[in-house]
Amino acid sequence: MDVPYTTKPRSDTGLYNAKLGIWLFLASEVMLFGALFSSYILLRVNALEGTWPHGLLNIPIGTFNTAVLISSSITVVMAWASLKLGKFNHFKIYQGLTILCALAFMVIKSVEYKDKFTHYEVWFNDHEKKSIRGHIEVPGEEGNPWFMTHKKLAERKIETIKIHPDPKVTVASGKEAHGGAEAHDGHGDHPPVQEIKVADIKRLSAFVPAHSTYFAIYFTLTALHALHVMGGALVMAYLWGPGSKMWKTDPERFTNRIEVSGLFWHFVDLVWIFLFPVLYLL
Amino acid sequence: MQHTTHTAPHETSHEHHHEDLGFWRTYVFSTDHKIIGIQYAVTSLAFLFFGFCLMLAMRWQIAYPGEPIPVVGKLLETILGETAKGGIMSPDLYNVFGAMHGTIMVFLAVVPLAFAGFGNYVVPLQIGAIDMTFPRINMASYWSFFIGCVVMFFSFFIPGGAAQGGWTSYSPLASTIPTDGQTYWLIGMVLLITSSLLGAVNFIATIIQLRAPGMTWMRLPFFVWAQFVTAFLLLLAFPPLEAAGIMQLMDKVFGTSFFLPTGLMVGGQVADISGGGSPLLWQHLFWFLAHPEVYVLILPAIGIVAEIIACNTRKTLWGYRSLVYSVLAIGFIAFIVWAHHMYLTGMGTKISAFFQTTTMIISIPSVIILTCLFITLWGGSIRFNTPMLFALAFLPMFGLGGLTGLPLGFSFADLHLHDTYYVIAHFHYIVAPGTIFALFAGVYYWYPKATGRKMNEFWGKVHFWVSFIAMNLIFQPMFAQGMAGMHRRMYDGGATYSGVLDPETGDVVGLEAFIINLNKGITHAAMLMAVAQLPFIINFFYSMFKGEKVDDNPWKATTLEWQTPTPPPHGNFTKEIIVYRGPYDYSLPGAKEDYTPQTEPNHK
Repeated sequence: MDVPYTTKPRSDTGLYNAKLGIWLFLASEVMLFGALFSSYILLRVNALEGTWPHGLLNIPIGTFNTAVLISSSITVVMAWASLKLGKFNHFKIYQGLTILCALAFMVIKSVEYKDKFTHYEVWFNDHEKKSIRGHIEVPGEEGNPWFMTHKKLAERKIETIKIHPDPKVTVASGKEAHGGAEAHDGHGDHPPVQEIKVADIKRLSAFVPAHSTYFAIYFTLTALHALHVMGGALVMAYLWGPGSKMWKTDPERFTNRIEVSGLFWHFVDLVWIFLFPVLYLL
Repeated sequence: MQHTTHTAPHETSHEHHHEDLGFWRTYVFSTDHKIIGIQYAVTSLAFLFFGFCLMLAMRWQIAYPGEPIPVVGKLLETILGETAKGGIMSPDLYNVFGAMHGTIMVFLAVVPLAFAGFGNYVVPLQIGAIDMTFPRINMASYWSFFIGCVVMFFSFFIPGGAAQGGWTSYSPLASTIPTDGQTYWLIGMVLLITSSLLGAVNFIATIIQLRAPGMTWMRLPFFVWAQFVTAFLLLLAFPPLEAAGIMQLMDKVFGTSFFLPTGLMVGGQVADISGGGSPLLWQHLFWFLAHPEVYVLILPAIGIVAEIIACNTRKTLWGYRSLVYSVLAIGFIAFIVWAHHMYLTGMGTKISAFFQTTTMIISIPSVIILTCLFITLWGGSIRFNTPMLFALAFLPMFGLGGLTGLPLGFSFADLHLHDTYYVIAHFHYIVAPGTIFALFAGVYYWYPKATGRKMNEFWGKVHFWVSFIAMNLIFQPMFAQGMAGMHRRMYDGGATYSGVLDPETGDVVGLEAFIINLNKGITHAAMLMAVAQLPFIINFFYSMFKGEKVDDNPWKATTLEWQTPTPPPHGNFTKEIIVYRGPYDYSLPGAKEDYTPQTEPNHK
């Protein structure tokens, strides 16, 4: 005995079970991300004047990633439409493209993450002195060290480190800002390398969640989103590969599965469409 | 027609399939809603008892501060070591037990029993469905819950013990206590929340999609309505707590400052954090769940009580539609009352006024529900069996709990009562003699359906009367203590403040001896309460094998779960279910018997 309405819609609700299920699940997802977005607003509104960082993310890369994800939203619909038209080969192509887009998104996101993990801000014991952002050189570490903190420096009894400060860039509004990612485009002038005594450092942090509430919410939101991307990609990959055998035995149910996974994928895209302006642009 | 009927011919082939599953798939990793319901019920009953035992140990410490706990003191020392040295409860252990009593009772005992246990077993039967919509997700829900339970339970035995920040886990306190208990708590919570979400999706989809032909919305038993609204509360209120849990986990593990303000001092030193976070954010996100959670605790209980009262008064529920609309209204308003837990955070009079208004408004549908149930009793030929006794006791107890909540809902009265024993007495009146009595009623009522045997009536009545008296002896004095200003989190039960004299006037400014001494009475009543549970526990297991055998419909009830063999087979029904009438057609004039099942066609 099987549960009814797994494939055919129930006449009075007009829905098959999984479609209702995914909408309910998405409602709870809206509440989950909604709570995090609310937290973002509250943290930002509560932040002391001038302490909320701007321009630390790479907008061109972010824009490109947005385009990648939006394209996948198109291909995922095309995959479903192909099945509705009975064109299984087209489905294979579009579904494959969707999965590739998801992978591309994840690769680009990882590059962005890596860039943050090796990028630092240093605050000084002297309160008059402004903090410096840039890449650091630590004795005994090759290249750009990851996840360095002032505690680790103290534990290793390192006395001085070198910092390559980010160039100062002039933002369109005329305000001077310490450039983060934007600074790499070469418009700014490169300040000289500085040597810093560890004893003078109050705090040193890579652009990791502990750096500030901005990066805390940035990483929480984007990592949770990335988990959703990976989850969605795994399911879609299963439906592209071994799961697609169902097309031969129960095409209608298989098409429904593609529709339901597609609905989830649209939600994942939608979250990113909110994340991008909120975190990168505002 | 394939999609509108559940036909019998599949039955035989399915039973054959059923036998093939073997022990593990049938009883452990089962996808059958009845087995999952029983799994939930048994697990949560065990945690109900465990949570109660934690409280017994705490009550001893409150009544007799610094004296070794009798009977189990040595055992605690052996298991937990330093924190229970000499069988005496240390402040840390008191905090652990306090936090975990709340957590276990709410998330591991009452909600899984009321919503997942009874809901899983009864809802598909009552709507005439063969199972839940997503049986495998149902199984995933239980196992996610189970792993969450294991994580929570295991955290007692890690160095430093379980979480100590209270069940509310307010930051910065919860995130700065230097033990790992809170991390375990958060991981456990994420698993429990996942379980609730899966369950909630399943319940809503089942109730919308799998109602039998003829089971229109206004023919649903009230219990199903209550579960429907509860599922929505869980679906929409739990994710914000999940978000908050993730953020607190980030604070704990990755050193972020979501809930940690700038300049936070920990252990006399400025904490090494970025700062900039907001402790109030945690409270808002927490109570956004935890207030609807109160209704998650109470609505299934009201549903159970309504079923039992209708059946045992042999009358239809008075005002079925009012009940339905009230429960829907509660479901909506439950989302806009949360900040009445936060009057003392200094959020401003305007916001307080808003939340105090919504809080008063939500009491209206609650009163309508209670009134409908009371009026149902009027003129009924009441059968005073054990489930009915518990259900009847629920009404005044829930009423008392609700009425004593009004002063807490007003911000000015709350200034005095906030965080005192008055609050404890108020919500325990709702949850303990309220919800838990309703759950006992449900266990006694549906036990014959699940096992084919009735629980012993005499011992059931002993269980009821002793519990009823003990409950009131426990919680009634707490109102007095709270109004006298006794704080709810005092490790020594307020002894620190007892009999302090004002040096100038000579007046007593601390708590009076009378108020402190009530602690002893409460502790003895709690022990009586423990003893009262023994007949229930023995009865529960004994009746499984030796109880009186009963037929498929021992209570002569009308709803669908009684119109199928006992225990129901895999697939639930042996005949096609078509519903012809409302859920409570008792004592219809001209009917053969005093009950007319929902499957009985109209002959006119």
